[in-house]
Amino acid sequence: MCGIVGLFLKDRSLEPRLGEMLTAMLITMTDRGPDSAGIAIYGGETPGRSKMTVQSDDPDKAFSDLGAKLQDAAGGPVNVTVKSTHAVLDIPAGSTAKVRAALNEMGIRVMSFGDSLEIYKEVGLPKDVAARFELAKMSGTHGIGHTRMATESAVTTMGAHPFNTGPDQCLVHNGSLSNHNSLRRKLRREGIHIETENDTEVGAAYLTWKMQNGATLGEALESSLQDLDGFFTFVVGTKDGFGVVRDPIACKPAVMAETDQYVAFGSEYRALVDLPGIETARVWEPEPATVYFWSHNDTPTATEKAA
Amino acid sequence: MQTIDLSKVGLRETNKMLQAQSAETNQTSWEIVNPRGSHAIACGLNAPIEVTIKGSTGYYCAGMNQQATVNIHGSAGPGTGENIMSGKIVIEGDASQYLGATGQGGLIVVKGNASSRCGISMKGVNIVVQGSIGHMSAFMGQSGNLVVCGDAGDALGDSCYEARFFVRGKVKSLGADCIKKEMREEHITFLRGLLDEAGIDADPSEFTRYGSARKLYNFHVDNAGAY
Repeated sequence: MCGIVGLFLKDRSLEPRLGEMLTAMLITMTDRGPDSAGIAIYGGETPGRSKMTVQSDDPDKAFSDLGAKLQDAAGGPVNVTVKSTHAVLDIPAGSTAKVRAALNEMGIRVMSFGDSLEIYKEVGLPKDVAARFELAKMSGTHGIGHTRMATESAVTTMGAHPFNTGPDQCLVHNGSLSNHNSLRRKLRREGIHIETENDTEVGAAYLTWKMQNGATLGEALESSLQDLDGFFTFVVGTKDGFGVVRDPIACKPAVMAETDQYVAFGSEYRALVDLPGIETARVWEPEPATVYFWSHNDTPTATEKAA
Repeated sequence: MQTIDLSKVGLRETNKMLQAQSAETNQTSWEIVNPRGSHAIACGLNAPIEVTIKGSTGYYCAGMNQQATVNIHGSAGPGTGENIMSGKIVIEGDASQYLGATGQGGLIVVKGNASSRCGISMKGVNIVVQGSIGHMSAFMGQSGNLVVCGDAGDALGDSCYEARFFVRGKVKSLGADCIKKEMREEHITFLRGLLDEAGIDADPSEFTRYGSARKLYNFHVDNAGAY
């Protein structure tokens, strides 16, 4: 099973309410995924600064004085905002690789990196995960969320979605990949870091690998239709917007709604019922094997794939 | 007319009330408000009542329906009208995947489009779609009729038995053992009757009939190597 929600705001006056709207959508999808939940939120960027979201099972110890400890590696001031088991690091732009290496040595996990993206995910009921991180108070331009019913690997924080695939990029997945073991071996040989036995992490790593080799996110999603075997509805987040792709069989549900104010995604229509103006929204199901993108930078696109 | 606010009464109570109606009930007209995409609304009805749902529904609305008429004033989620036995379901909006799966009788009308696997394994139900339908529709269809006023997606009628398909627009591709067939006078007459019953204004002579080539029915010795 699993549930996916996504919200891309066109109307900037709704930005302070993004977390609240997305949290309500997420909690509605609890019975599709009560094992763990996560959210990726694009909260805006500060010129000259980058962000990392990090996680530790022992946050009190790991995050105390973390800013000071990372200052040398970052080559400048590091501001740390602790939110439960997660912390958002505000670091000088260009210092991500060095900070990541320092965090690795400290045994602190990196959940996401980029200029705008923050990822929060934990084991537990979506309402508890949302409360723990105070997701409803967050503002932003767009975000995606996931409720997980685990099938392919253990219920752990690292097995929860969203997965970070590159700077300001993330992926959530409903479905199951059947060739993830062979693909994981292949990607590891290519030098891609894969932490868990989770199938979606392999999907995320695949996109990362494709993009490292010059593909755009759209091209990487197109080729995923060829190289990933199994069932998937993917929603990907980027700095400017989000994208949706379903496998050619398209048995995993997906509903989209669009108004002048937003574009919303839900595994079911139920997740969308409280959005403003939903009664008159354009509501439809994304076509199989078709990559859709909504971006703050240009007009919506749908690229047909000859499946 | 009885009105039920689903968000207040709850799904189980609502379905229990509707399922308790007998053939002799004098409460024949029901309205459900605030469906909010809930699952399994108006399932398992077995009385000649009319239920109108004011809004969109989730999974399995009006499943296993017998005798009742269920109107959905919105779009319908996956598996709507699954295993319908008789009666009628009318969807004003779009229908999600596997509409009317394994349906054994009755009529389903979709005013919008239907998604993939429409009428999968149909066994006697008639489905009339005013718009278009998705891929793998009527897979293993055994009997009944699927009428599509728009286009059909990939692999229409794959591995079908005696279900019949009438499509006015284009068919993206036909499934294994599904072929185009001659539209004879009897088919035009039949289709006119079905379109009338569905309340859809379309000229039956504009439709093309498809059905089974009957090559997959029985074991064929030439295929022995495939086993």
